[in-house]
Amino acid sequence: MALHSGDLRRFAWRALRGFPARTLLMLTAMAIGVSAVVLLTALGEGARRYVTGEFASLGTNLLIVFPGRSETAGINPSTMMGETPRDLTLDDAQALLRSHSVRRIAPINVGSADVSRQRRSREVVILGSNQDLLDIRHWEIDQGRFLPSADLTSASPVAVIGDKIRAELFGAERALGEWIRIGDRRFRVIGILGTEGRSIGVDVQETVIIPVASAQQLFNTASLFRILVEAKSRDAIEPAKKFIIDLLQQRHQGERDVTVITQDAVLQTFDRILTALTYAVGGIAAISLAVAGILIMNVMLVAVTQRTAEIGLLKALGATPRQILTLILAEALMLSAIGASAGMALGQLGSYLIRVVFPQLPAQAPGWSLLTALAVAILTGLLFSLLPARRAARLDPVLALTGR
Amino acid sequence: MIELSHIRRSFQVGDQLVHALDDVSLVIEEGAYVSIMGPSGSGKSTLLNLIGLLDRPSAGSYRLNGQDVTALSDYEQAQVRNRSIGFVFQMFHLIPRLTAAENVELPLLLAGMPPEQRRPLVDAALAELQMTDRSRHRPDQLSGGQRQRVAIARAVVTQPKVLLADEPTGNLDQHSGAAVISILETLNRRGITLIMVTHDPEMGRRARRRLRMVDGRLSGTADGTA
Ligand SMILES: Nc1ncnc2c1ncn2[C@@H]1O[C@H](COP(=O)(O)OP(=O)(O)OP(=O)(O)O)[C@@H](O)[C@H]1O
Ligand SMILES: [Mg+2]
Repeated sequence: MALHSGDLRRFAWRALRGFPARTLLMLTAMAIGVSAVVLLTALGEGARRYVTGEFASLGTNLLIVFPGRSETAGINPSTMMGETPRDLTLDDAQALLRSHSVRRIAPINVGSADVSRQRRSREVVILGSNQDLLDIRHWEIDQGRFLPSADLTSASPVAVIGDKIRAELFGAERALGEWIRIGDRRFRVIGILGTEGRSIGVDVQETVIIPVASAQQLFNTASLFRILVEAKSRDAIEPAKKFIIDLLQQRHQGERDVTVITQDAVLQTFDRILTALTYAVGGIAAISLAVAGILIMNVMLVAVTQRTAEIGLLKALGATPRQILTLILAEALMLSAIGASAGMALGQLGSYLIRVVFPQLPAQAPGWSLLTALAVAILTGLLFSLLPARRAARLDPVLALTGR
Repeated sequence: MIELSHIRRSFQVGDQLVHALDDVSLVIEEGAYVSIMGPSGSGKSTLLNLIGLLDRPSAGSYRLNGQDVTALSDYEQAQVRNRSIGFVFQMFHLIPRLTAAENVELPLLLAGMPPEQRRPLVDAALAELQMTDRSRHRPDQLSGGQRQRVAIARAVVTQPKVLLADEPTGNLDQHSGAAVISILETLNRRGITLIMVTHDPEMGRRARRRLRMVDGRLSGTADGTA
């Protein structure tokens, strides 16, 4: 004797509606569990997309050359600190252009100095570089032009300033063609950067960019902080990397004392870390589903006890043990499905709100997390109802009917 | 036909064995009208539950329409209950969240009958008990007598051979009790075997065959045919 699925659904539905308090309680538990999974994985995924997006905005087919040897291909504290066991020089940078795989390079020097005009003054991050930095980083010029395409070693007194610096030093006045003082030297403003946003910790609008040779004079150094290299294509990245390492080894008396990281490698490392993190928070949130499961078990046990007489009656009317089991499980299935859907909607709504409040963070639960949350929720609901359902199926009808 | 021979049913209560039924042998013909009376605790309900396959005897054999039903599995017993036996209880036992019609429909639903076949049977059963205009009411919107009529409609909707009633008027006033008895007797006149436990001697006397139980045993009958 098999119950019709429509009858089963209707009976389970009526039973759920017959006990609204306990139904709501279980729905809430389930919904909280599922929405926690959805929301937390959405946050993890958002962080992953944010970070990989930041790296992508750094430039395409990018290689970064650091002074100093690092054993791992990724990043470690010494590369981050920019330790300099042996200097990278402008000649090193110039030599890299000999490779067929390299499209352009940008040597970088970084320091901070006081920038002033008339009575206004502030400390600013100064970038020394060349014309190609603009294209490598996909920046845009708002007014004027970028650094001139002169020889790397020519220290012309020109500067390109971020828009915030312009506003602070010049206010509403015209900045282009005016002179500013950086440290103890004078520079003429030839361009203003229009790019918004950040590039690995440096707000583009709050920097001043001068020719790399001028920066070396300003900071009194012959070395470079790093060299940005753009390969001609994605396939050219690896040959370029090999070329750079070999060439610089040659130039540094056979010492392999530079580190070349590719943007891909960094990106993948972050991608891996943040994906693992997303799994981890998703897993932790899934524990709340297990808690919901235990709650469901308890509430279903109470429900079976509450409805002992009803189950006894169904048996007297000819319900088989299997039918009783099916009825209770159908109820649990319906509960978990509704609860999980509600949780899913709640989680998605939460993710949407996060996206509205923090537009930089693309919080969106990945597909696998939605599917897993749904499956785990329904499975938990069924699994934890098995015990109460079997207890109901085994009830002695005489005892059940007399309430003994 | 119901054939019980040397049926025992004992319960272990603490270290004591209670014999609710003690060597009961009984034959009830099809279409019979039997009342069972006796003092409280004498085993009347236990006997009725055994006949209705809600309980299994500790010893003895039970044949229903020639078939040994004590040997059946739980599943098979459930099917026999569904098809051949109707129950009417003192406490009505209607499901409170379902309407009268839905309560009556339950045995058919459990039998796996499709909805469109069920409706005419449910309507007919309710009409027979003059409950058609109450079919959409829930139990808490019905009087005791009306509830028992819904319960009877539910018991007979599958057109069983045997109707078992355990103190069906125990929770009713005299007037609605008498109405329920007359309904049961009408059903019996149409061929159903009616076995009714009652404490009311007047109602018990109406049965063609009267059984008396004392201490788990059948002790002689008023019509002398036990
Ligand atoms: N599950 C059980 N466990 C222990 N003893 C039981 C159980 N069921 C019935 N009994 C005992 O069996 C005996 C018969 O009980 P039964 O319910 O059949 O009596 P009854 O004749 O229907 O009484 P009443 O008129 O009060 O309904 C009683 O002594 C009762 O205590
Ligand atoms: Mg009794």
